[in-house]
Amino acid sequence: MSAAALAYEILLMRLFSISQWHHFAHMAISLALLGFGASGSFLVLARRHLLRAFDIAYVANLCLFGLTAVICFSLAQHIQFNPEEVLWDPRQWRGLLLSYLLLALPFFFAANGLGLALIKFNTRVTRVYAADLVGAGLGGAATIGLLYLLSPAEALRVLAIGGIVSAGVGWIELRLRPRYVVVGLSLLAIALWAFPANWSAPRVSQYKSLSQALQITGTRVVNEKSSPLGLLQVVESPVIPLRHVPGLSLSATAEPPEQVGVFTDADNMTAITRWSGDTGELSYLEYLTSSLPFVIANPRRILILGAGGGAEVLQALRYRTEHIDAVELNPQMLDLVRKEYGNFSGRLYDLEGVHTHVSEARGYLAGVDPASPYDLIELSLTDSFAASSAGLYALSEGYLYTVEALRSYLELLSPDGYLAITRWIKLPPRDTLKLFATAVDALADSAVVDPGNRLMLIRGLQTSTLLVKNGAITTGEVALMREFCSRQFFDVAWYPGMSESEANRYNLLRRPYFHEGARALLGDGRDAFLARYKYNVRPATDDRPYLHHFFKWSTLPEVLALRGRGGTPLLDAGYLMLIATLVQALLASAAFILLPLAFLRSRGRSLGKKIRKRVFSYFFLIGLAFLFLEIAFIQKFILFLHHPIYAVTVVLTAFLVFAGLGSAASTPLAAYFGARNTARYAIAAIASLGIVYLLFLDVVFASLLSVPAAMKMAIAVALIAPLGLCMGMPFPQALNRLGESAQSLVPWAWAINGCASVVSAVLATLLAIHFGFTIVILGALILYGLAAAVFPRD
Amino acid sequence: MKLSVHSKSFERNVVLLLVFVLISVPLAVAADDYTAARRTMVGEIEADVELTSSYIGADELDQRVMTAMGTVPRHEFVPDEMRRYAYENRPLPIGYGQTISQPYIVALMTDLLDPAPEHSVLEVGTGSGYQAAIMAELVANVYTIEIVEELGSRATRDLARLGYDNVEVRIGDGYHGWESVSPFDSILVAAAASHIPPPLLRQLKPGGRMIIPVGSRFLTQYLVLVEKSFDGVVKTHQILPVRFVPLTGGHD
Repeated sequence: MSAAALAYEILLMRLFSISQWHHFAHMAISLALLGFGASGSFLVLARRHLLRAFDIAYVANLCLFGLTAVICFSLAQHIQFNPEEVLWDPRQWRGLLLSYLLLALPFFFAANGLGLALIKFNTRVTRVYAADLVGAGLGGAATIGLLYLLSPAEALRVLAIGGIVSAGVGWIELRLRPRYVVVGLSLLAIALWAFPANWSAPRVSQYKSLSQALQITGTRVVNEKSSPLGLLQVVESPVIPLRHVPGLSLSATAEPPEQVGVFTDADNMTAITRWSGDTGELSYLEYLTSSLPFVIANPRRILILGAGGGAEVLQALRYRTEHIDAVELNPQMLDLVRKEYGNFSGRLYDLEGVHTHVSEARGYLAGVDPASPYDLIELSLTDSFAASSAGLYALSEGYLYTVEALRSYLELLSPDGYLAITRWIKLPPRDTLKLFATAVDALADSAVVDPGNRLMLIRGLQTSTLLVKNGAITTGEVALMREFCSRQFFDVAWYPGMSESEANRYNLLRRPYFHEGARALLGDGRDAFLARYKYNVRPATDDRPYLHHFFKWSTLPEVLALRGRGGTPLLDAGYLMLIATLVQALLASAAFILLPLAFLRSRGRSLGKKIRKRVFSYFFLIGLAFLFLEIAFIQKFILFLHHPIYAVTVVLTAFLVFAGLGSAASTPLAAYFGARNTARYAIAAIASLGIVYLLFLDVVFASLLSVPAAMKMAIAVALIAPLGLCMGMPFPQALNRLGESAQSLVPWAWAINGCASVVSAVLATLLAIHFGFTIVILGALILYGLAAAVFPRD
Repeated sequence: MKLSVHSKSFERNVVLLLVFVLISVPLAVAADDYTAARRTMVGEIEADVELTSSYIGADELDQRVMTAMGTVPRHEFVPDEMRRYAYENRPLPIGYGQTISQPYIVALMTDLLDPAPEHSVLEVGTGSGYQAAIMAELVANVYTIEIVEELGSRATRDLARLGYDNVEVRIGDGYHGWESVSPFDSILVAAAASHIPPPLLRQLKPGGRMIIPVGSRFLTQYLVLVEKSFDGVVKTHQILPVRFVPLTGGHD
């Protein structure tokens, strides 16, 4: 049952990132926890009735889980919701809330089943809890496996049918009458199988780029590939050809050839270009800001991070680069270009001198031999890395763009080699300036005395390109750059020795914002600039890897006042959605978890105010702390395991399985030490382990970054195991204690813990954005410490 | 109850009259409502222009543009279920993932192109046809291209019904512009793709202007005004249509 619930959660995350945007991944976690919490309260009220008919109630909940998993998802799909209208259209809030509640229902039923078992087998609480956690862990792992075989929508149906089938099995095993119910259940399972596939298929928001592209006459999806890394959809448009050339100069006369688009999760398009193998067809690739490194130098060995459909590789080929290493996260993307579009793309990935690698960027870099450095390392604009990671932990995509990442790129450059980063222009400037600041920090950290001497920044109408040189920029290079910019109508934003009068010539802004920003970030006024700038452009670090977090609370009132006048895009939708989710989680958990318990007051009162206060605090604290640690470690391990989806699976599974084992192991320990001491020792162990990890985890990761993937997973599991074991103990031991002395408070404990978890999952991410993972982990340890102090006494 | 004292036919006539009144009065009121609503909308646009005057470089828009905004029946260009919002100063969905822009943005974009009675204007992305209608009030000829077939046909129908015979709609790819009727004094591009198509720049007269809104379908973030000078240099101006005092802060 718990396996099914976790599987449902992971599927929801995938389905959300296809149909809407990835911020909804956070919602899936808090949904699950809300369902569980609400169930706790429900059980309090209906416990007597349900226990009298335990068998039927248990089977019914299993069955309802299966049914609602598919049906509620279909219903929620039909609720109109457009996050962009949220700020001025109150109906959107209703839609969001309604779908939130609908989607929580399956979790509610799953939790009912679990809760019933917990109450029924009260004396064996640790074992039921252990089975729950281990089951959930394995369910998570199995789902990831399933996603390689099936699309998320199919997997959802398989899950629902699994729910019904196990209800049937339960009916038979428990020898329930009448028998024909089993026949009914089988029919139901068959009906679900026959359920029209398009009802449960994710309906892509009409404002996502895939939906927009499909509006065009003749455009259709011709190929689909699904894996946990994302849903790839290939779009051909024979009538009106696709032309995706980000930032083509206004002086360009050449037009791009025919292209097909590859969308990841219905967004983040990368293009595969028709090419015969003649570099003469590729002249349009010289009219981009990203051509700059090829114009001012002649790089021979280059590394492209984010190969996607191959635009950057084509550009390098146009400039006759001898050796190209192209790294791509999603192997299915490379397959598309190689096989299905082999002839179309001129087999560019199989050309001599072009080497593709399936890997995540940081992991690949860790394995590069420093004896053969690169003349140019390019971070591509395809954002295919971001797209792939978007499905799970929306805001975790920035490990490519942190100070630490930039330093590692610089270390692999040949003398006088370049790092090139091209971004879309945003106005007012955001990521371009944030990356400039990041480069300045990375250079300063590498003991470069005058970072400004190594930087060059140019911009066109739509893109900017930042060059970081491993050496001082020469006057010859500056001359070539200036000549290039005036030919292409590009603006210069920074080079060493630049005067302000040279900025802002072709693409005129009210003020030379990019140049002013760059100058300020290099000078003494840097801190003052960062403080007064209306967006957060402080460099991202591995501890706070949020490149796309630009939000400043101080800017909010001004932007809100402008919401009717197009001010809204000045905010980060992702951050706003996170806040909305938190508010919603708070309200919903108060309404559905705590409110029902108000009816219970009269019964609990006999136990005294003090004990209730202690129970409340204890279970609230460990609920917060458990998820703080879990989420912080998932984020930390993304850097180590590279693929976010693997990090989530490995960390979540390991935490749950070992917490389950810890719960089981706590019984004999409690028999020896007593429940209270067992919990306290466990918490002491969590605290010491947590501190050790905080101090040494980065060092361990750094030294092991290049070992094989399977080995890394094993290491990750080994690292989490002891922590998980200990974290499994505080909850069941306290619950056991209540079972002995204050039976009626058991559901309270369950509900409060659930409530804390709903909030914690979102709060942890929010804290990480503002203060970093280190603080989240420290916070969790403090919460555990407080919990130890209030362990419920008799 | 009173009716029962009268004859049957009189009763029926009264009922018919009542029905007629019940139907026709709201219709008349609705037409008046739309005119009043349009006036209110024009007032809101003027207020917005004033608020953003330091960004758009003018205290008020061309009077001809404002007259056009006060003339064109915007409610005729939105789907029925959106009609009651037609004169609110905000963008509205029109189906097919497209929107009709916020009136203030439409007015501002039109104004920035400096329309003159003899001008020939190209629009890429007809959408509802509202922007084309506004332009048609101000210039000699409007050529507009829509990529989504259903939208293109709907706009053709609506524009013809409302008597805009100086607008020509074509369904197809806007990338290559409209060679046979080029060059144009100005070009409106409804949505920027990854780049400005080179053919559009070629079909712009030297000294001509092109305007492109940047942002998502619902939220125009800023406008790009492209100017092609007589010596062939292309410059752009990025115009923030919001009164945001941003960026480097303090000394802005």
